[in-house]
Amino acid sequence: MSTAAGMERLQFTFRGGRRVGAFAPVLVGVVGSGNLEVLVEPGETASCTVDIETSARGFGQIWEAVLRDFHERHPLAGVRLSINDMGATPAVVGLRLDQAVSSLEQPRP
Amino acid sequence: MSDAGDDMDAPVRSTWQRRAGERARRLDGAARTLGAALDGKRVDASAAVRLLEAVIAPFDRVCLEGNNQKQADFLARTLAAVDVLAVHDLHMVQSVLALPEHLDVFEKGIATKLDFSFSGPQGGRLAKLVSQRRLQIGAIHTYLELFGRYFIDLTPDIALVAAHSADRDGNLYTGPNTEDTPAIVEATAFSGGIVIAQVNETVDAVPRVDVPGDWIDFVVPAPTPAFVEPLFTRDPAQISEVQVLMAMMAIKGIYAEYGVQSLNHGIGFDTAAIELLLPTYGESLGLRGKVCKHWALNPHPALIPAIEAGWVESVHSFGSELGMEEYVRARSDVFFTGRDGSLRSNRAFCQAAGHYACDLFIGSTLQIDLAGNSSTATTGRITGFGGAPNMGADARGRRHCSDAWLKAGRQARAGLAGARGTPRGQKLVVQMVETFREHMQPAFVETLDAWALADQAGLPLPPIMIYGEDVTHVLTEEGIANLLLCRDDEERAQAIRGVAGYTAVGLGRDRKAVAALRARGVIRRAEDLGIDQRQATRNLLAARSVRDLVRASGGLYRPPKRFRNW
Repeated sequence: MSTAAGMERLQFTFRGGRRVGAFAPVLVGVVGSGNLEVLVEPGETASCTVDIETSARGFGQIWEAVLRDFHERHPLAGVRLSINDMGATPAVVGLRLDQAVSSLEQPRP
Repeated sequence: MSDAGDDMDAPVRSTWQRRAGERARRLDGAARTLGAALDGKRVDASAAVRLLEAVIAPFDRVCLEGNNQKQADFLARTLAAVDVLAVHDLHMVQSVLALPEHLDVFEKGIATKLDFSFSGPQGGRLAKLVSQRRLQIGAIHTYLELFGRYFIDLTPDIALVAAHSADRDGNLYTGPNTEDTPAIVEATAFSGGIVIAQVNETVDAVPRVDVPGDWIDFVVPAPTPAFVEPLFTRDPAQISEVQVLMAMMAIKGIYAEYGVQSLNHGIGFDTAAIELLLPTYGESLGLRGKVCKHWALNPHPALIPAIEAGWVESVHSFGSELGMEEYVRARSDVFFTGRDGSLRSNRAFCQAAGHYACDLFIGSTLQIDLAGNSSTATTGRITGFGGAPNMGADARGRRHCSDAWLKAGRQARAGLAGARGTPRGQKLVVQMVETFREHMQPAFVETLDAWALADQAGLPLPPIMIYGEDVTHVLTEEGIANLLLCRDDEERAQAIRGVAGYTAVGLGRDRKAVAALRARGVIRRAEDLGIDQRQATRNLLAARSVRDLVRASGGLYRPPKRFRNW
C-alpha cells in the first residue's frame, strides 16, 4: 500500500479486551485540518488493532498513550480501527474514538 | 563649603512655570508656521506635518493614540513623515502598537524609546528593532498601569488622539470607541502638554461631549475615518466540540460552584463558547439570575443570545465592537450609553472595574508552567499583555464581599494561621486552554518561552502575563485543577500535570499523586462534575453562525462584511 507524501503510518495492537458481538462498520469524524476520521470494523484477530495514517509526523509516543488510555476505557477485542488523521489534537482523537464506540454500543435501526 | 550660606539663599530654580512657557512658545510657533492653514483650532490635513514639526521637540514624550481598537492612523502616518532632523529621539508612550507606522517612527529614528502595553501583530517587528538596538523598551505594562504612569512619571508632552467628530470649540465626540482618549487627554492637557485630535468630520454641534474642547489645542479633519478593528467578534461556526466541553466545565465546575455574579471574559473561542452556552446548558442547570449578571466586557456579539434570554443585567465596556452599534443603542438598560444613545466605553474605568469589581476573570493563554505562571510570550515576538495582568490578578485592595470572592478566599486560606491565614476573599482567575494548540504546540511547558525572550530582549524579568500565585484554576479538556486547594508547590505541580493531558508535562505526572488529588476534588474531570461528554456537541451552542447571532439580535447586529458569509 502506498502512503501519501509526508504521511506517517503507525500501527498498535492491544490484547486482553472483551470480544464485541457482530456489528456493521462505523465511520465517524471528517478528514479536515485538525480533525480525523475513524473507521471501526470487525477484526480478523482476537485483539484490538489500530492503523493510523497521519499528516503530523513524529507523535508516535503520544498516539500510543492516547490509545492505551482509550483501550483502558473501552477494552475491545476482535475490532480493527483505521484512523485517517489530519493533525487532530489528542483531545479530538479521544472524542472521536469515544463517539465511535458509543455508536457501536447503540442498537442500530 | 564656604558657599553654603549663599546656596541656601539662592532660588532652587529660576522659574516654576517652565512648562506653561514652553507650551505658549510652541503654540506661537505653530500659529506662525501654519498661517492660513490654522482656523481657530482647526488645522488643514495638508498642514499636519508642519503642525507636528512645530509643536514637537526632540526627546519629547509622545502619546500616539493606539488603542486596542480605534487608531489615530492619520496622525500616525503624519508623525512618520516629519523631518527627522527636526523631530527625533521621541519617547513613545502608548498602550497599543497596532499599525506599521507605530514602528516606522523607530525605523526612521524619529523615536527611540517605547513604553507600551500590547503590540499584537507588530510583535515580530518590535523584537527585531529591539535586537538591532534601534528601539529601547522602557517597560511592558498592563493598561491601567500605563495610564497610571501617564500621571506620575510618563506624562505625555504631546498627545495625538482620534475622535469621530469635533465642533468649532474642539469638543470631541468619540462615538462608541471612546477607549483610552479621556485618560490620555487628561494627563496631557493638565500638565502643560499639547493635545492634537484627528477627527472624521467637523460639525456645528457634537452629538455628545466625550472630551471637553477646553482640553484640546488642535483639531485636524483626517482624509479618511480613523481605523477601527473588530477584535472581539468570534464566528460561532468555528467553535469546536472540545471548546463546548470546556465551556460546560467552566459553567458547572466554576460559575455555578462559586456563584459568580460579576466577571470579565478574555478574547477567544473558548470564552465565546461559554457565552453561547449560558442560554442553553446554563439554563438547563437553572443558573439564570444566579450567575453572570454583571460584566466588564466589550459588546461581544457572542453575548447577544444570553442578553436576549435575560441573563445579563449590566455590561460596562473598554471599547466597542463594529456592528454592535444599533444593538447596544436598543439595549440601553444593559449597556452604558450617552444622551445621544450610543455606547460610552472607557478603557481606564473598565479596567478598574474589572480589577476591583469582578469576582472572576477567565481567559486563554499560550503557555503555562508547573507553577501556574501563564504567558503569551514566544521567542522572536514581543507582544505585551494588554489588560490580562490587571484582570487576571487578585485585587489586594478589594474590601467588598461576595459569595464567590469569600469562597475562593476560604479555600485558599484553609488551615493557615497568622498573616497568611487572616480571613479575606480572593479573585477567581481561570486559565482556560486546550492541552495542545494548533500544530500540536503544547500549552503546558517546563520552562516558559518568556525566559528566553527576556534574555533576547534584555528585559529584567520574564514577561509573565499572569503569575501562578494569582491563577486559581486551570481548565483544560481533561478537567479543572483547583490551585486554591493545593497546599504546597509539589501539589500544585501535580495538579497542573493532572490536567495537562498528553503533553510531556502531562505524561510526566505521578499517577498516584494525581489520583489522590482527584479524590480530594483538587482535580475534577468532566465525569466528576456529572458532565456527559456525549452531550458536548455544537448543537448546544445558542448560535452556531454569525447569521444566528444576527437573527438573535432581531437584525440589530450588523456584522462587518468579512463575517458575513451567507
